[in-house]
Formats: sequence, C-alpha cells, structure tokens
Amino acid sequence: MALRFEVLGRFNRARAAQLTLPHFVCQTPLFMPVGTQGTIKGLTTSQLEEIGCQIILGNTYHLALRPTSELIDELGGLHKFMNWPRAMLTDSGGFQMVSLLHLADITEKGVTFQSPVDGKPMLLTPEESIQIQNRIGADIIMALDDVVRTTITGPRIEEAMYRTLRWIDRCIAAHKRPHEQNLFGIVQGGLDPKLRDICVRGLVDRNLPGYAIGGLAGGEDKDSFWRVVAQCTAALPEDKPRYVMGVGYPLDIVVCSALGADMYDCVYPTRTARFGTALVPEGVLKLKHRAMADDTRPIDPTCACMVCKNYTRAYIHSLVTKDAMGSQLLSYHNLYYMLQLSRNLHSSIVQGRFPQFVCDFLQKMFPKGDVPEWVCNAMEVAGIDISSCCAPVSSAQD
Amino acid sequence: MSGSNSTSTSMKFAVRAWSNGRARAGILHLPCCPAPIETPSLLLSTRKGLPPFISPDLLPSLPSPDSHLLQVSPLHFLEGLSIKTISKIGGLHQLLALHDYGFVAFPRDSIQCLPEAKGSNKTGASFETPCGRLLIKPVEYMEMISSMRPELWATLADEVPAWVTEKRNKASVDRTIKWLDECIALSPAGGAVFGSIVGGSSSEERQRCAQEVARRNIAGYWIGGFGLGESMDERPALLNVVTEFLPEEKPRLISGLGLPEEILQGVAAGVDLFDSTYIYHLTLGGFALTFPLDRMEKNASNIASSDAGSDLRKISLRATIFRKDTTPIVEGCKCYTCQNHTRAYINHLLNVHEMLAQILLEIHNTHHFLGFFRSIREAIKEGRFEEFKKDFVQSRCDQLAVAASDLSLSEMSLV
Ligand SMILES: [Zn+2]
Ligand SMILES: [Zn+2]
Repeated sequence: MALRFEVLGRFNRARAAQLTLPHFVCQTPLFMPVGTQGTIKGLTTSQLEEIGCQIILGNTYHLALRPTSELIDELGGLHKFMNWPRAMLTDSGGFQMVSLLHLADITEKGVTFQSPVDGKPMLLTPEESIQIQNRIGADIIMALDDVVRTTITGPRIEEAMYRTLRWIDRCIAAHKRPHEQNLFGIVQGGLDPKLRDICVRGLVDRNLPGYAIGGLAGGEDKDSFWRVVAQCTAALPEDKPRYVMGVGYPLDIVVCSALGADMYDCVYPTRTARFGTALVPEGVLKLKHRAMADDTRPIDPTCACMVCKNYTRAYIHSLVTKDAMGSQLLSYHNLYYMLQLSRNLHSSIVQGRFPQFVCDFLQKMFPKGDVPEWVCNAMEVAGIDISSCCAPVSSAQD
Repeated sequence: MSGSNSTSTSMKFAVRAWSNGRARAGILHLPCCPAPIETPSLLLSTRKGLPPFISPDLLPSLPSPDSHLLQVSPLHFLEGLSIKTISKIGGLHQLLALHDYGFVAFPRDSIQCLPEAKGSNKTGASFETPCGRLLIKPVEYMEMISSMRPELWATLADEVPAWVTEKRNKASVDRTIKWLDECIALSPAGGAVFGSIVGGSSSEERQRCAQEVARRNIAGYWIGGFGLGESMDERPALLNVVTEFLPEEKPRLISGLGLPEEILQGVAAGVDLFDSTYIYHLTLGGFALTFPLDRMEKNASNIASSDAGSDLRKISLRATIFRKDTTPIVEGCKCYTCQNHTRAYINHLLNVHEMLAQILLEIHNTHHFLGFFRSIREAIKEGRFEEFKKDFVQSRCDQLAVAASDLSLSEMSLV
C-alpha cells in the first residue's frame, strides 16, 4: 500500500479527507481531469498546477499504443515524460477497448481485440494490464475488470462480476510495484444489489488500497445510478478512498460526495469546452449562441479563474469552435470550475456547513426549486435536508 | 531625433545606431509597454488579438519587452464580434486584457486575410477572409480602427501582386494615396498613423508612392505589396527605393517578409518593424527553430541532414529520431518549452495530434525568433550587420547547395 487516507471531516456519509499519494498530497472529494494521451487537451502542466489540479488520469490503452509503455518506462515513467509532478492515475485499458473497438471480446483469459495498428487479434490479460501500468508508473493503477454496459441485464452481468473477482487476484499477483503504486479494485455487478454486494465483499477481503465503483455513467437511469453508489459506499471500508469511475457532471459529483464517495473522473469538462459549452453554477452556458455575441459579462461572474477575470462572453463567442484559443480558454475555465467545486465540497464538509453548500448549489442550478426527484431521494438517504431549495410539490408540477 | 507629429501623441521613435549601410537600430516607445522596445523588432501575429496558441497567462513567459508588439487584423473580428460590441468593451486592450502590450493594426495577416486585388475597386480594397471575400471601404475600416483603438495602425492599401499590369499597379498607388488621405481625415485621436506604401514591382511607382506618402504628416510608414510574388532578387532594389525617400526619423513597418532571409533583406534596407507568418507555419508543420543565436556559425548544428525536414535552421520534431530524445529543443534555451519539456514528449504530442504540441512549439519558436531579432540588433550596434547577414545566408546556401538548386525562397518551400 502506497497511500494514506485520513478523514478530516464528515457530514453523515459525506467525508473530506487528505489522500497522501507518492507524488502528491490530495484533498478529497476531488475531480481528476482526463489526460488521455499524456496531456490534458489544450493546457500546459503549469496551468494545471495553477488551477489546483491534484491528480490527472491517463488512458492505458492509448498510451500503450503511442508512445508505448516500454518507451515511457525507458524515459523514466509518465510523470517525467510529460513533466507532471503531482499525482496520476491510469485505467486498466479494458474499458477503452470495449467502448472504442467493435471487435473486442472478453474471455476468461482477458480482453481480445483487433489491433488498431495492423488488425491482428490481440489479447489484454489482467497480468498485462498491470505490467503496462507498472511501466507507466501512475500513483494509482486500476485492476482489469470485465466491463459490461449497464443497460445490459441477465446472466452476463453476473458472469462479469465473478470474472472481475477472479481477475483481481491475477492483478494482485502481477503487481510488481505495490510500494510505489496503489492498485484499486473495481466493484461491478450492474444494477443488481445482490451482485454488487458479493463484489464489494469479495474486494474488501483482498484489503486493497482503494476501491472504485465501476459500470456506471453508461446511460442507466439516475435513480439506479445513485442507489448503486449509495449501496457501495455504505459497504466499502471507511478508511479507504472510493472512486466513482466516469462521473461526471457537477450535480452527480455533489450527490455522490453526499453519499460518501471521494474521487471522480470525466472527459466532459474538456470535451464540452471544445464544442463551446461552459460550466457555470446555473448549469451550462452555450457560448456559440448568437445572444453571446454582444454579452459583455464574463462567462461566470462569480468565477475567479484567469478567463473569467479577463474575458467577455462576446470575445469567447468569437473564438469558440473557430480558433484553438476558444477551446484552450474554455477548457481552462471548465476545469477550474470542477476543481473549485472539489475544493468547495472539501472545505464545506471540513467546516461543518456541507448541507448549506449543497442547498446553495442546488438553488443556483434549479432556481425554480425543480430539483430532480432522484436528487431529492439521494439526499434523503445522505441525510441532507434540502427542503429549503425544493419548491412544494404542487408548484413544482405547474 | 525622436519623431513627433500631430496625429500621434503617444508613440515615440528614435534611431540610435546605423550599421555600415542602411540597417538601423532604434527605440520605439509606447506608453502602454513596460519598457521601450528596441528595433528591428518582430510583431507577433495573432488570431483575434491573441497569438494562435499561446494563451494570455503564458505570454509573460516570452522575453519582455521584445514580445509586447502584437499585430492585429481588424478583419478577424468580423467573424463573431460587432464593432459596436468592441467599442462597448472599450477597445482591444480591454477586449484582450493585455494592458501592457502594443497593438498594431492593419488588414492583411498573410495567413487568413489576404489582399485580393481583382476584387478591389476605387471604392475599397478586397480581401479573402474566413468570412469569404469582403470589400472594405476606408470609412468602414476607420470604424473598425476607432472601435479597436490600436496604438499603431496602417491606412487602407490597395495591394497588388507582382505580376499585375503597369496600369493596375498605377491605379493601386493612386487609390492607396487617396485612401490614405481619407483615413487620416477620419482618424481617431490616440493611435499613431502609419501611411501605406505600395507600388508592386515597379521602382518608379514605389518611388512615386513613397514620396507622396512622405509628404503627409504621419507617425510612420507601412510598406505593403511585398511577399506577393516578387522574386527574392528584385526585392532589395525595390525596398531601397522606398526607404530612400522616407524621412529617417520615422519608423518603417513592412508586411509579408517572414523568413529569416527576408527579414534580413528588410533590415538591410532600413526597415524597423516586421510582421511574420514564419512562426505560425513552422509551428503547424511540427518544426522547431534551432539555429545558434549568438554567432551564426556554419557548422553549428549536429542534426543529420538526412533527417526528413530538418536542416541547419530547424528540426522536424515529427521525425522518429526524436522519439527517445530527452533533451530540450535547444540546450540552454530559456523558453517555457525548453525549460519544461523534451523533444521526445513533443514528438509524441505531434504523433497523437495533441494541441499542446502547437502550444509548446509556438512558445519556443517565438522565443527563438525574438532572439534572432536581438542578434540582428546587436550586429547593427556593433557595426557588423552586413557580415552577420552574409554569414546567415551563406550557412543556408551551403546546405541548400547539397539538397537542391532551386533557390526560389517561397515561404512554403522552406517551411
Ligand atoms: Zn472561470
Ligand atoms: Zn526553447
């Protein structure tokens, strides 16, 4: 185990912690920007440090293709290769294969797929995934799991869950750098509480440095989503970090944090920036819209980032989707927004004003009080009273 | 020797040194800039006022005050921002939040906005722009200038390529002078007016235009109509005929000379300010400048010439030999890129088409090219500019002699 996880404050299930990793001391809850190919699109590493980014995520599948894990290893690991001094996490590569390649097939040996380079059949085993991640050298590495779409039901979900448990032992056995890298196991089991329960217990038995909740953010309905998170966080150990993979949207992060999750990753903030959308407390702001052309306000008047302090919506409007600078500036703002959200979650929990923070957050996003029902349900389980920002049922239906 | 004039209250310029010949070193003072800018100097090219890939928080990492002149094409803003909105925001300084940078405005950017001589007529100049072909009249152009409030701006010109008829070339000079007077009449207070000089490949027309423009009470001169098909060989004579008729105490700015050799031609003729698309094209092509800056030694680079695209001036970071190269682009370079990243990393970023490659390359190339201008200024001050120029051109020729006999130095063949 190469991490320390100290809870600094709690509010019911929510917790704020200090996560000490080999390369950085992080504050949770935290959002991890995705730097697929050894870079966060359009930002320098010094800009990432400046906006308070603590961990970035690298995609093993992409990095193994180019520049290859052997090269990264030879040049001293990904931290050194991209000159990123803070923490890093790599995924197993399995999810990328299943989602990006049509011909991926999962057997007991591993994930077979057609090489995008020469079309030959290739096999990614749990051992290989760990070996590649050992070479890349991230602070946190992820076990290879059997990924199934959440929208799938039936025996395939059960098979995948049990296979994920069998594979975790192969991952642990293959892990060569346990004192420098933390292997996280991934809870699978679809939307079935019984399967999730078996999986959580199986993984907890292995006493891993941290745990991820996988198989979500794949198009399942929101009520199922939060219930799986709530179930897993309740069953996972108190003294280990919990990472909800592929999440997400600011609202999802607030809800999951209330339920006791600590870590998140998502390409959404940078991807949506490239299409001209800014994240703001009210939700999103589409900078491409004609109305922005003569709007002289900042993207978010309450944001303290370099972009909002200096630029008008009108100027950003003239850049987005036309000039590289448009996506550079919007990505900067959007990541700042996510990292500020992480900081606010942390400090409000530590300072004992988490419910107030959640209410303020919901009030800005749903000024009419029309907070979605799934959020209300989740907050009830989380023990957060949000009645002050929810309109009475009768008026909400108007 | 400082230039003074009625239209500009802010800009000051003085020539400080001449090398043997016309090459000169001077000082350009703009109140907004943190320190006087030494000339010959480079204007950084921009897209809508910001460098194509260097975000404003990274700009201060470039040498200062050398990097504080930004070239702006008012035509860029037609794509998305109205003149009214720019006025409301308070002009370029407010719009771009770059308060200690000097903005230099003229329509042509030599990348996306190019003069389209066939479409121009007596009412206005035609340009190819990202919004299609546009006819810009002096009154419209002046509305843009008034709303943007750049420190320096050039009057509207009718630029023609080298191959037009004598008649068309004459008409371009007549129109450019007529528009000059119209622009001056409409000019707002505060900005320094640079009178545009054209004349194509005709010495007589170049002289006529320069003499006529020199009669006006303006802050400086913008020399247009270059980089539009004239040959490298005929250029020095054309440049000299222009600068010969311009008063010595006022700054001269030229458009369309971008390559190092071309910059040296302009400096040799007594030009002070240059726009350049060189950095942009290098950056998009995955190239990094590597030539030595202190002395132009002939065998300074150790890069194998067999390596695709690389030469004594620059390296192609796409080349596979850099895959495992953990050295910076230029050992000892003080730029952000070289201080933080390796050739191997940039090679990877180029391979996977990541935007950070362009960001890092533009930073290094800008830094390096500003260093080239600094070397030019030092050579002038030490009275050895001609020697410096000869050495620089020679090092290039030595290499090209091996590679090819075609020395038509068109921008694209070199980039
Ligand atoms: Zn912002
Ligand atoms: Zn450099």
